[in-house]
Amino acid sequence: MSVIPQSARLRQTGALRSMVDFYVVRMRTAVQQQFQYRVATYFYMLGMVAEPVILLVVWTTIAEQQGGFIQGLPVGYFAAYYIVWTLVRNMNIVFGAPYWEHRIREGQLSGQLLRPLHPLHDDIAYFAGAKVIWILLWLPIAVALTFLFDPLLDPTALEIGVFALAIWGAYLIRTMFMSALGMLCFWTTRGAAIFDMYMTSELLLSGRLVPLPLMPDWVEDIARFFPFQWAFFFPIESLVGDLTTRELLGGLVAQLFWILVGLALFSLAWRSAVKRFSAVGG
Amino acid sequence: MNTVRVAWLFLKIGVLNELQYRVNFVVQLFQSAITLGVGLAVLALVYSHTDELNGWSHAELLCLLGIQILMVGAIKIYVQPNMERVIDEVREGTFDYALTKPEDSQVLASVREVRIWQVVNVFSGLIVLGFGLSQITTDLGALDAVAFAISLLLGAVMIYCFWLVIATGAFWVVNMWHVAELFDGLVQTGRWPVGIYPGWLRFGITFLVPVAFAVTVPAEAVTSRLEWETLLLAVVFAAFLFAATRWFWRFGLRRYSGASA
Repeated sequence: MSVIPQSARLRQTGALRSMVDFYVVRMRTAVQQQFQYRVATYFYMLGMVAEPVILLVVWTTIAEQQGGFIQGLPVGYFAAYYIVWTLVRNMNIVFGAPYWEHRIREGQLSGQLLRPLHPLHDDIAYFAGAKVIWILLWLPIAVALTFLFDPLLDPTALEIGVFALAIWGAYLIRTMFMSALGMLCFWTTRGAAIFDMYMTSELLLSGRLVPLPLMPDWVEDIARFFPFQWAFFFPIESLVGDLTTRELLGGLVAQLFWILVGLALFSLAWRSAVKRFSAVGG
Repeated sequence: MNTVRVAWLFLKIGVLNELQYRVNFVVQLFQSAITLGVGLAVLALVYSHTDELNGWSHAELLCLLGIQILMVGAIKIYVQPNMERVIDEVREGTFDYALTKPEDSQVLASVREVRIWQVVNVFSGLIVLGFGLSQITTDLGALDAVAFAISLLLGAVMIYCFWLVIATGAFWVVNMWHVAELFDGLVQTGRWPVGIYPGWLRFGITFLVPVAFAVTVPAEAVTSRLEWETLLLAVVFAAFLFAATRWFWRFGLRRYSGASA
């Protein structure tokens, strides 16, 4: 009686395998799509690099005025910090909260809800694939910045390993929290103010603006209670700084903790959000 | 004369249209407050680690910040929305409607949009500038004030020319909307005196994306740093850019084959 083709039924039995299949295919299409618009992507990346280069120049200038150090950190540290920053930033760009509004308004969500897979998987896989191309395009920029600014970078094997994991941790932390925040779009079309507040808090408390130790102590204390630094400062510092083995591994655990917190928040919000959702378009 | 009339008419319609959405004023107010707050926080942070940056004091950099916020606000009222519309319309094929009108295409492309609530940024910039000036001990002469006004105007013209080049680029590279992000990134360089940047970057933000002319030069005027040669260079460069970009626009237009028809 069944009209489901044999192959599809086989896939259903192996849920894990079909999930892996889905991720591979979605990532591959993302790679193709990003590569198609490589000029546009490059413009985007160049614009993105402006931010760390400006900060780098400012702090380098100050360090050089004071004999090469700020709070014991040498000029080369700042160069390394902001160059690694560009890779970490590339990795933690995710499907932003404000775009949920677009997704709802344009009726895209209606279609996505009909699929047997949660839309979050789609986002994670798509952006993970896009990052492959972004990293490829980022490499020449990194080489150029290295020549121009002379970074002080001397990581151990463990640091490199932790960094390789931590950038994906950063990606997942931001995915979870941005998605959770995006759920606001189910209740209001004026989330912009809240999103701006969130981005500003992140800017100041994450290490995106400056290495956290340069912040006043009270800011560092506040930063402890938020996930922000685990998506910026920790991945950068794991490669650039001199963290102990304990701090490195502890950092990965902290990342996992915040991923789970974000996921819990998202799932909670998602459940009531979908109940509220009345389809638009389709 | 006709150009001015057309521009004025579009401006009136645009403003009326925007005034319908009054809540946007509150949203803009909030966003401007955040922009300003972050700018001030970064300056405070920098000056907690040093007394002067490349010869600029805290108060002088406040002036620079004010001018940058003001300039970006002004560009976002009138220049950027128009140019982004051209880019969008080229992609969607609706730009043909503008081309079939009897008015000069560059004029028409440059006057159709206005984002009046961005005026909030202009005022917020002016307030920061005023506050910065009040902290500076040296007096602002009448000549400095005139030089400031002229350099501000020239700067706006140059940024317009930059945007026009980008918009014209859409005739070749259709997917140009990322350039808006590029501009938003580069315009942040204006928060700091160009003198701190390494040579290649200084050249770039002076002649390729004229942020230095648009922000640093006016700031030099109000902090009595401006040399008259710089102002003269600004005049010549603005005139050159204006002529060159007009030629480029027409060149691009000849090549453009339309997308909707």
